[in-house]
Formats: sequence, C-alpha cells, structure tokens
Amino acid sequence: MNPLRETFILLGRSMRHILRSPDTIITVTIMPIAFMLLFVYVFGGAIHTGTSNYVNYLLPGILLISVASGVSYTAFRLFIDMQKGIIARFNSMPINRSAVLWSHVLTSIVSNSISLVVIIGVALIMGFRSSASILAWIAVIGMLLLFMLALTWLAIIPGLKAKSIDGASAFSYPLILLPFISSAFVPTNTMPTAVRVFAENQPVTTIVNSIRSLLEAGSAGNDIWIALAWCIGITIVAYFFAIRIYRRAA
Amino acid sequence: MTKDIVQVRNLRKSFKDTKVLQGVNFEIRQGEIFTLLGQNGAGKTTVIQILSTLLKADSGRVIISGYDVNNQPGKVRASISLTGQFAAVDDMLTGRENLELIAKLRADVSPKQTANGLLKRFGLEEAANRLVSTYSGGMKRRLDISMSLIGKPTVIFLDEPTTGLDPEARLEVWKTIKELANNGTTILLTTQYLEEAEHLANKIAILHTGKIIANGTLDDLKKLIPPVKKEYVEKQPTLEEIFFAITGKKETN
Repeated sequence: MNPLRETFILLGRSMRHILRSPDTIITVTIMPIAFMLLFVYVFGGAIHTGTSNYVNYLLPGILLISVASGVSYTAFRLFIDMQKGIIARFNSMPINRSAVLWSHVLTSIVSNSISLVVIIGVALIMGFRSSASILAWIAVIGMLLLFMLALTWLAIIPGLKAKSIDGASAFSYPLILLPFISSAFVPTNTMPTAVRVFAENQPVTTIVNSIRSLLEAGSAGNDIWIALAWCIGITIVAYFFAIRIYRRAA
Repeated sequence: MTKDIVQVRNLRKSFKDTKVLQGVNFEIRQGEIFTLLGQNGAGKTTVIQILSTLLKADSGRVIISGYDVNNQPGKVRASISLTGQFAAVDDMLTGRENLELIAKLRADVSPKQTANGLLKRFGLEEAANRLVSTYSGGMKRRLDISMSLIGKPTVIFLDEPTTGLDPEARLEVWKTIKELANNGTTILLTTQYLEEAEHLANKIAILHTGKIIANGTLDDLKKLIPPVKKEYVEKQPTLEEIFFAITGKKETN
C-alpha cells in the first residue's frame, strides 16, 4: 500500500471524468464569467463602490462563486461512486481508504484552480489590474486554496449522505448565493440593517475583503485572520463529519 | 489437498432492532463454488459485506485465508475480491481503462498486459476502447468480474451476479463463473434463483431467518425431502426453453 501513489492514480481517474464531461468546466467557468460581464457592463454603471475599477472590486466574489459551484461536482462525483458500488469495490481492495476521499478532494482543487485561472484571464481582458507583490499574490492563492479545501470537505458530506443526485448537488445553491449577500458586488453600508448584519458577519465578506485588499493594497489587515479562521474552522468541522460518515457508510 | 479457505463462526449482526444474522456458520473449501441461497432481505449481502471487510459484525468470527477480518482486514483484502450487487464499473472510462485502473491500484507490474489478457479472456477485445456506458448489462457484468480477477485473489465474492440480467446475459455469466472455478478460484456466490444454485454450485447453503437452515451438496439437500414419486406427465416446455428456441440460442453447460 502506498497512499500517495493510490491517491494520484485515482486523481487521474477523476480528471479523466472531467475532461470527458466538459459541462463540468463550462458551468464552473462560464457562469461566473457571465456574472462578471453582467455586473460590469450592465449593472456596474449604477453601482457606486468608491473605486474607479469595478472589475477589481468584483473579481474576488466572482472567484468564490466559481468555487462554490465547482464543489457541487465533487458531491456529484462522490455520490455516483457511492451509488454504483465503486467506493465499496475500492474499500474491499488492499488500498488505503483515505486515498479514495483525498483523490476526490484533490480533483476538486485541481479543477477549481483551472477554472479560476481562466476567469482571472478573462478579468485581465476586461481591465482587471493589480499592483500586488508576489508575496501578496501568494497570500491570495493560499486564501483561495483554503476556501476550496473548506468547501470541498463540506461537499463530501452530501456526496456521501445524499439519497438522490439532485440532493447531492443542491447543497451548493446557498453557497453560490452567499456572495450576493456580502460585500462581493456592492458595499454593505447601503443594505438594510438586518441584511447588513448578516452580510458583514458571514465568511464570504471577510474572505472577499481580505483578497480585495491584498490585490489592491498588498496587505489585508485584520480581515485576513478572520477569513483564515473561517476557512480553517469550516475545513476542520467538515473534515471531522465527512470522515465519520465515510467510516460508517463505506 | 483441500482446506477451508473461509470459516464463518456464529456470525451475528443487527441493524437497529432488526436481527439480520443470528448465528451464521459455514465454511468453504478451496476451489469450491459455494452458493448462499436466500430470499430478498435474507441477509446475503450483509454476509458478503462482513466477509469483504466493508461491515463489522456484532459478534462471531470470520477467517479468510488464515486471517481474521477484524484483526487483519488488510491481509484479508489482499486475498479477496468483491463483485457487488450492481456492476461496479466506471461508465466514464473504457473497458480497458477500468481494468488498468484496478491493476495499477493493485500494484500490478504490467497493467497493460494484464488488461489485454483479461479483455481477451472475457471476449471484450472489440469493445475494449469504448466507454463502458455503451456496454450491455451482460458485458458490464463480465467486465466487473474480470476486474475482480486482477491481483489473483484466492476467494471471489459474487453478490447476486445475475440479478437484473436478461437470460442470455445470465448464461454468459454462468459460463464465466464455471471457468473461474475450473481454474481453481474459490467462489462465494449469493443468489435468489434456485435454478442458478442448482446449475453452478458444489455446495449450497440456505440462509433463512438469519441462520443457515440447510447446507450441503445438491444431493445432500435432495435427501431432506421425501423420495421422489414416479409419475408420468406430459412435459410442458419452460418459458426459458421457449425463449431460447425462438431466439436461436442454446443453453451451454
């Protein structure tokens, strides 16, 4: 048994799935790009963010939406593997059991990263500019990877527990909506109090704010620590539950 | 020389308030086709899941190839293969890729050669490079069983291998199972079809209300009922005979 080798063999398998069902990439990449076009060229003129470059303002939220819709495919792929008895087959073989789950997690990280690179490319064409240093960029990438990890482990739970395909992917709808009720598209200070309190205290706002200020100013202030705490906290809790369900279900 | 390759002692398992297994005992000798016969919900799949280390029993002991499923599940997994109730094949890969995947995971030294050999042996060469989603039910099952042979397991568990297959595909699978046994593989088969047990098994165990209520060869089991009374009746063809007569396929033994 060699867990790392087995994880990579299984990663290769899932990546083949993705290459053979291009709708995975299309949904995860095109939808956020469409949002970006819509907000920049249709609503953008009417939104006052206090910055001159709305693409810069918008991009962090768009990236998070892409990840939120991307992880629903992890739940979907895991659900199919459970239902078809493929997980049972792997678990009755002399291979490391956690390799099976980790391969799904890595698949999510790799495919989401590809989507993000494409989206950032389109944003550059639309006028996104950043003067951030390499170090700030590394912090942004780290933040995005952590966010992916957190949502992916969250997605593992419905993937293992869902009773139907619809159930497996439906959990991501609220995740996709979260950025809309945050500082991702408009500043929170124009929102009614109740909405504002929610928006300012949910994870997406702190994550968006910290990525935005890293890209704009090269440093993120206190937001980044709250954002990190959210991501790490969600990862730990989701990981704990996912592993527990996996041990019982598999 | 024959020895018990599988030993099951006093196996018990409950799900909440339902007692599924209430003291199951049996053993399987090397090279045997052992059939576990039972109705839907009799607990056949539960037995298979415990034997293949997917589920823990409440009590009892299972030894496979000399290893305890509780204490040395890794060793057990290395000597078994599971073919579950539904063909556990990857629809999004080709037949060849499915075989190579399992071969790589089992650390086979030449996955390509292994895959080629099995494709040939199971008559899947022509379909080898097609996505499995285009395969018929019988072909999926054959691929499924061929995947179970990788790594040369001592025992193969086949959980209702012909459920949901059309009669023709069922004959295909029967032929495959017989060939495996002829090559010395030990097989534990579950089925709800009496005919299947009669056709394939060296040993038949009937699982009913959580216990093995009968266990032996077909001849042993026949002795359990009163001797046959001779009567002359006009024999009506079975639907299966009619089906094969019109579709032009012959039952091959």
